[in-house]
Amino acid sequence: MAALYEGYTLCGLVPCQTLPNSGIQGVEAERDSDHVVVTDSTRCVTLYKVSDQKPLGSWTVKQGQTLTCSTVYNSQNREYVAVSDTKVIRIWKEEDILLDKAFRATVSSNIWRVHSLPGWEPVFLFQKGAVRMLDSLLSAPQQPIEEVLAPEEAIWWSTNLVAESQQFVIFTTEQKGDHFLYLQRLNPNTLQRYRLEREEPGLSPLSFSASYRDKHIYLLYLYKNGHVYQSAVSVRNLGVDEGAPALPLPRSLLLSLPVGEGPLKAAFALVLDEAHVAVVGVPHPSAGAGKDFLCIWNTNFQTLQAGKEMAGKIYGQLWTYSNKLFVPHGKTLSVIPYECPKSCLASALGKLRQAKTDASVPSWNNILHGEKAQPSRAVETRKTRTSRKSQSAPNLTIDQVLELIETAPMQEVQKEVEGFLSRADIKDLQPSVGYLASSLVSRSVADPNFYTPSILVQLVHTQSLSCVLTFMPDIDAEKVSLEPDGVSFMETLFARERGQAGSQNGCSSKTKENRSDALGGGSAISKAEEEDKEKTSTLLEQSCPVGLHKAVLLNEVLMTACSDTFLLPHLKDLSSQHVVLFLEYLQFLYLKYSQDASPQMPGVRSPSLTQVMDWVCLLLDAHFTVLVMTPEAKGLLLNLHSFVKSQVRLVSELGKIEGSLQELSNMKRKEEVGEYSIEIIELL
Amino acid sequence: MGEFKVHRVRFFKYMPPAIRALTYNRRTERLALARADGALEIFNFADNYFQEKVIPGHDDWAIEALCWVDQRLFSAGFNGKIIEYDLENLRPKYIVEAYGGPIWTISSNSQETLLTVGCEDGTVKMFEILEEGIQFKRNFDRQKGRIISLSWHPSGTLIAAGMMDMIRIFDAKTGHATNRLLVERGVRESKSTEVVVWSIIFLSDHTIISGDSAGKVQVWDGLTGTLVKAHLVTKWDVLVLSVSKDESSLVAGTSEGTVIQFQFISTVGQQDKEWVRTRTFKNHSHDVRALAHTETAVVSGGMDTQLVVRPLLDKVEKNTQESALRKIVFPHRSLVHCARKAGLLLFQFPDHLEVWRVGESDGHGKPGDSLPVKRKPEKLFHLKRKGDDHIYSSALSPCGGWLAYSVVSDVRLYRLEYTNIRITKVSRLTKELCSASQLCFSSDSSKLFASSSHSSVVIFTLSQLKCKYFYTLKPSSGSGQPVHLLCASEDGKWLAAATTDCAIHVYNLHKLKLHCTVPVHRSCPTAIAIHPTTSNLVAVYADQQIFEYSLVQKEYTEWSRKLQKQGLHSLWLERDTPVTHISFSPKNPAHIFLHDMFMICIIDQSLPLPEAKAMFYNQMTLRSLPEPERIRHHHGFKICKNFKHLMCVSLLEDHSLVVVERPLLDIMSQLPAPVRQKKFAT
Repeated sequence: MAALYEGYTLCGLVPCQTLPNSGIQGVEAERDSDHVVVTDSTRCVTLYKVSDQKPLGSWTVKQGQTLTCSTVYNSQNREYVAVSDTKVIRIWKEEDILLDKAFRATVSSNIWRVHSLPGWEPVFLFQKGAVRMLDSLLSAPQQPIEEVLAPEEAIWWSTNLVAESQQFVIFTTEQKGDHFLYLQRLNPNTLQRYRLEREEPGLSPLSFSASYRDKHIYLLYLYKNGHVYQSAVSVRNLGVDEGAPALPLPRSLLLSLPVGEGPLKAAFALVLDEAHVAVVGVPHPSAGAGKDFLCIWNTNFQTLQAGKEMAGKIYGQLWTYSNKLFVPHGKTLSVIPYECPKSCLASALGKLRQAKTDASVPSWNNILHGEKAQPSRAVETRKTRTSRKSQSAPNLTIDQVLELIETAPMQEVQKEVEGFLSRADIKDLQPSVGYLASSLVSRSVADPNFYTPSILVQLVHTQSLSCVLTFMPDIDAEKVSLEPDGVSFMETLFARERGQAGSQNGCSSKTKENRSDALGGGSAISKAEEEDKEKTSTLLEQSCPVGLHKAVLLNEVLMTACSDTFLLPHLKDLSSQHVVLFLEYLQFLYLKYSQDASPQMPGVRSPSLTQVMDWVCLLLDAHFTVLVMTPEAKGLLLNLHSFVKSQVRLVSELGKIEGSLQELSNMKRKEEVGEYSIEIIELL
Repeated sequence: MGEFKVHRVRFFKYMPPAIRALTYNRRTERLALARADGALEIFNFADNYFQEKVIPGHDDWAIEALCWVDQRLFSAGFNGKIIEYDLENLRPKYIVEAYGGPIWTISSNSQETLLTVGCEDGTVKMFEILEEGIQFKRNFDRQKGRIISLSWHPSGTLIAAGMMDMIRIFDAKTGHATNRLLVERGVRESKSTEVVVWSIIFLSDHTIISGDSAGKVQVWDGLTGTLVKAHLVTKWDVLVLSVSKDESSLVAGTSEGTVIQFQFISTVGQQDKEWVRTRTFKNHSHDVRALAHTETAVVSGGMDTQLVVRPLLDKVEKNTQESALRKIVFPHRSLVHCARKAGLLLFQFPDHLEVWRVGESDGHGKPGDSLPVKRKPEKLFHLKRKGDDHIYSSALSPCGGWLAYSVVSDVRLYRLEYTNIRITKVSRLTKELCSASQLCFSSDSSKLFASSSHSSVVIFTLSQLKCKYFYTLKPSSGSGQPVHLLCASEDGKWLAAATTDCAIHVYNLHKLKLHCTVPVHRSCPTAIAIHPTTSNLVAVYADQQIFEYSLVQKEYTEWSRKLQKQGLHSLWLERDTPVTHISFSPKNPAHIFLHDMFMICIIDQSLPLPEAKAMFYNQMTLRSLPEPERIRHHHGFKICKNFKHLMCVSLLEDHSLVVVERPLLDIMSQLPAPVRQKKFAT
């Protein structure tokens, strides 16, 4: 789950009263993740050490001159490059004190921005769309600069990034209400022009943000109506033909942000990673209409992951460097550290969705069935599509297959899905597999007669699924384990899930053994477990509360990596009897581990103590109120309570001696002195 | 007070050679010590065990035994030669060939007229001691097997000789063997292994005490030739014995590193006195090869290279400084020279010199931090000496461009170039100077000062690739003692030279004459330096006293008088290693940097002196105290104990500190494995 941490102030702002902007032109990364260069909107450039919140250096141009774009740091020469009065390039080093004495060069055309990336030469983008590298520009400052853009066309926004070890300058322009995207590749230079689709008339984009991943450049743009679109441009297939008409740029609606009262005025959407977008200047969905919020949205699930109110006016500016967001608001420039851990579900499913809508996940259906789809509408489209299918194509598309799964009889589903899988190229299949699996699972959950293990196995074998368990919470020991096939299927799933590592260290063979025991209807789980069980039963007069098949499967469930956030809502679906049974089993495991010094025998796969504890906590979290009211759970809870209490006491005693132990390790560390070191001593 | 960047250097691989022989002169209270490389050291036990003189070794000298005759010092070794030393010029006076093969032992009679040596070929050779040398007198009866140890009877008529498997007693007049005492072979070893009588002592009551390789200390009746008592003290060898002057106490050193004391006392219920084993000292990890029994202490040394002075608690007052155990590990003179301006270090080894450049770091850090090393230190020159004589003294000019070193017979000067590493030898200086106990460059590297015989100092001028003799400075009344410290002032006007007879002569280099002599203190100076701005001479003595002497006014400064009036703090006086370097801070003229083996001290002359009750806190401890309490502990002596086993502490011109450490553990790890001992449960 992404999170915003406690922020701190980097510097104060002196906003111009007349201008809507914050008084900051730009924040650029400096030599490392802890240094930034802040250019204010008039004359001053300041170098900050972020963690210390203190300026290390400041440079000012003369009265009457202005800096017209954000100053960048050229990491190759450790120089700063700035542009004043749109035509004068200034270059200086950190030790230079006076900017007026620093190097300067005047060019013949107006500069829009200078861009720099660590390890790359800075690039100048001229207001008329031409691009020059720093060195080539300095070699002949007065060289003629061509005009790329049409006379009325003006640059709105620009950035640069490195893709496929080539540097790209990306900028968007506006011409008579139309917006264009330019992709300028450097060395060799190619320029590609795209036309952005029009939003409602009169609405122009508020902000742009570009990112590169998976050989595509993604452009993210936010409109005043709160829509965030994303367009992808492949880096590979960049056309070389100059002068060709602008290609239309397909877009997809990524987020539909709440706008509150009236359109957005100053807002900014910034890509953090493939699943997260930071947005500033958009209201918090649960906090009224005020727009002074900084939020992180998950685009895959359209969920708000973290939000923070920013005091004062929001200027619609946002920068990010090394997991820190820089937000000017009110009279300060704040630094807010954030974190966007990858959710395994999200990465597994792409932006896949589940059949069920969930309260915590708004507008599932939106993403699943197109923009405004309501269930009724979906039926409609299905009808039309089915009819189309019957007319022409024998080869079904993924959508059609999905519809089939929802309604058709089992045999037909099996046939069609198998057909689809054999047809499709594995690479293209990746997103569809998730769809298929989730649809199949939801159908089989809903319909007791519907069960297609062979297809599921086939899906699993495509190796495109992971973390399958998280979206099939209802299939634990209930249904699948009743049949021998089920066990093998589940096992395939788990083996996949475990990945190569699991099978390499010989675990899978043990699982097979387990399974053969299980299938043979043997009386014991596995030898090791049996022994353990005997021990515990003699000690605690407690036996394994669940049957053998279930125990094997539950163990596998416990060992599977999972995320609390997504598991918790599904756990709530379990009935209280099931919960009590599950808890009893977990308690059985817990006690077994607590008594046995080395429960993790080599070669025996069994859940670790932490996994067991996590599940106990999860179950209790999900069902605490119910369990408290259930009379048969009382003894169990009391047992757990007393046992945990004794463990807590043990840990607290250990905690008391922790200090002394730490002191011991501290003492040892001192002795490590090499043959030479440079140290600082202070004499008082 | 300020932060210092400290170059903590541990790559000086100084390795002291093992101690082979010790002999103590009760009259002068000097201890002579011989090391495995043939070097000789003289310690003044009357002056805080200060290492007064060092005579460098020689490849061919393996000194096995030492002997004082009055104030003359003789040595003998496996090269078969007897050497008498010139203790004023720190060189052998003459060398006499004994023609008996390797010599194992040397001993003189108590009348100090005759000298005997025990040789490999089984002869005991007697020499007559004359004023100007020694003269061969006669061979004793030749024996089968080598003579390992010798001891004269105090009357001067009999000599006991320890051999293989036996002890012989000779008549000193006739040279005939009069008695033969067979020593029993070891129980552990097979009967075929000979037993070696490593050490023997002939007492005035005709008792002979022997220590042998079977681990026994045996007491014999020398008149009847019978064994009185055998003490098995070790499973290994008893290597050395030493007896007190009154013959009431005897110590034996073993291969296990223990020193065992025997006392001649009467036990309960018996009238007669006998030799009883009383105490065991374990201060060594390896063989104890040499022992000396002084009036109050047992001095021991051996393979582990440390000289240990262990006071006998029945002879000294308890809980005084005298009763403390002392270990002397590092030489009391400097083996490291620092070129302040160039950031270079010169390391002096017996057989070569190394020039290193310290590393660099551009980082900043908090006190206590280690900075990332941007440039590692590098060894620029490795200069091997010529000839067999070991290097005696060396110096590197402050600019790093000149390097000089001296051996007993020669002084050599080199020009160093760093751009393309090159070393050029400059013409010999032998014509004016054959040996220099101390070398020193002027701060502008234009002059070389070399101390010569009779406390004189020879000046050479240096230019480009030439070195010219310039002048010889002589003290008005030279005692002839060697100069052991030499120091030129920053402004080039003064030169101070300290001699081992405790005098410090200051010369005016502009007028080329003796300016003054600092009032002689009872102790020997261990470090001297001239302040760059005030021209005050700061001298620290072996008894830990500090004096500041104004060269301009020719009197002690106000601060020095105040210090003497108040007296130095007891914690300062109780330290047992001498201050070996003094340097000054260019930033703050009130700061004096001193160091001994265990700490760095910065004396701030602008602060009040410590009161008697004040403590000397380590700076790190002080840092952890809250501010008000810290101020209470504020005084002029600031101690930093972050660094230990210091060989040199010097301030570079960029105000960073170079600290050369040689951890004792590193030295220990270089030693050969000690004899195996059974420890509990091994």
